[in-house]
Amino acid sequence: MSTMLIFSALVIVVFSFAFDPSNQAVSALIPGMIWIITVFAAILGLNRSFTAEQRNDHIHGFIVAPIDPSSVFLGKFIANFIFVLAVQLAAIPLLFLLFDFRVITIESIFYLAAIILLGTFGFVTTGTFLAAMSANSKSSEMLLPILLFPLATPVLIAAVQATRIVLLDLEKLSSAYSWMQLMAVYDLIFFAAGIILFEYILEV
Amino acid sequence: MKHDNGLVSLPEPGMLHRALLLLAVPMVLVSLYLVFIWSPVERQMGVVQKIFYFHVGSAWNAFLAFFVVMVFSILFLITRKRIYDMIAGVSAEIGVIFTAIVLTTGPIWARSAWNTWWTWEPRLTTTLILFFMYIAYIMVRSLDMEWQKKGRLSAVLGIVGALNVPIVYMSIRWWESNLHPVVMGEGADGAGGGMEPSMFFTLMFTVFTLTLVYIVLMQSGVYIEKLRLHAKKLKAKQQEKMTG
Repeated sequence: MSTMLIFSALVIVVFSFAFDPSNQAVSALIPGMIWIITVFAAILGLNRSFTAEQRNDHIHGFIVAPIDPSSVFLGKFIANFIFVLAVQLAAIPLLFLLFDFRVITIESIFYLAAIILLGTFGFVTTGTFLAAMSANSKSSEMLLPILLFPLATPVLIAAVQATRIVLLDLEKLSSAYSWMQLMAVYDLIFFAAGIILFEYILEV
Repeated sequence: MKHDNGLVSLPEPGMLHRALLLLAVPMVLVSLYLVFIWSPVERQMGVVQKIFYFHVGSAWNAFLAFFVVMVFSILFLITRKRIYDMIAGVSAEIGVIFTAIVLTTGPIWARSAWNTWWTWEPRLTTTLILFFMYIAYIMVRSLDMEWQKKGRLSAVLGIVGALNVPIVYMSIRWWESNLHPVVMGEGADGAGGGMEPSMFFTLMFTVFTLTLVYIVLMQSGVYIEKLRLHAKKLKAKQQEKMTG
C-alpha cells in the first residue's frame, strides 16, 4: 500500500520531467496520466495479492476452508479495489496540483469519480483474477502484466476516453455516458466470469 | 517402429492425416498458381493486391483457431480429458502463427492501399490485441507445473480471452468511429460485391486451402504432443528401472 503510494508519486514526478508542466498543451495528457498511474500502481498491488499467500501455503487453507471459492475471489477483489482507490485518492489530486490543472466545474468531479470507480472496478476485477493465475508461476511479476494488459484494453480505452471528455470538454457528455456503459458491461461480464471460473484456478 | 523389447510402440499418425497431407500439398500449389498467375491483376493497386488472398485466409484461420481454443477449453473444463487440452494448446500456437502472418501481410498491403503502415482501425487493433493475448496464453502453457493444473489455468484463460474479443472490437470501433468509417470490402459484408468473379473464386480457394493447412498442422501438432507425452512416460519408466 505505502509502496503503491510512493510509486505513484514517483511516476507523477517522472511525468513532470517528461512533459513540461508549465506548458498548457500538457493538460490534454492528464486523462492518460491518471490511468497510467492507476495501471502501474494497481499492477504493483495485484502482484503481491496472491504471492503473499504462498509463503506458508496459505492458499491451501483457502481451498480447504468451508467456503465457496468465489468468496476468496471476492475478498481479494475488495481488498485490491480499496487499495487502488486509496492510491488514486491521493495521487490524482497530487497530479492536478503539480501540473496546475484546474477542473472545469464541480460537476465534472462527480463524473470523474464515477468513471474512476467503474474503470478501476473493471481493471481490478480482471487483475485479481489473473493475479491468482500468474501466482503459480515463478516469474509472476512478469507474467501478470502480459496477461492483464491485452485483457484490460477495452476498459482502459473506455476509461481514458470518458475521462478526457469529462475533464476537457463537457459538451460531449452523452458519449462519455456510452463509454461508461461500455465499462459497466465489461465490469459485469468479467466480474461474473471471475466468480464462476475462480474455483478452477484455485483447485489444486 | 517396433523396438525389440516391446516397450516402445509409438503412436502412429492416422490414415486421415496422411490423406489430408497428400491433399494439402497439391492444393497449396494450385492456390499459388491461382493467386499469382490465373487471377487478374487488380487495376488500382497492382500486384500488391495479391497478398490480400493470403491475408484474408490467414485472418479467417486465426479466428477459427482461437474459436477452437475456446470450444476445447470449455470441453476440457467439463470432461478433464487430456486430449482436449492438447488440442486447445496446439490450436493456440497455430492461431498465433496465422495472426503473425496477418499482422505482417496487413501493413504491406495497407502501405499501398491506405498509404500508411498501420492505422488504429478496429479490425487491426483487435487482431493485435488477440496476438498478445494468445502469446500470453502460450506463456501460461509453458509454465512449469503438473499438466492438470496447467490445463485448467490455460482453459480458463482461453475462455476469458474469447470473451474479451467482442468487447475489444466494440470499444475500438467506438474509439475510432469518427475517424475511420468501416468501408473496407474485405469482410463478409462486401466480399463478393465489387470483386471480379475469378478473384472471388481465387479468394475462396485460398481460404479453403489455408483451412486445410490449418487442419493438417493441427493434426501434426496433436501427434507431436502425443509423441512428447509418450517419450515422457518412457523416460519415467526407464528411470524407475534404473533406480529400482
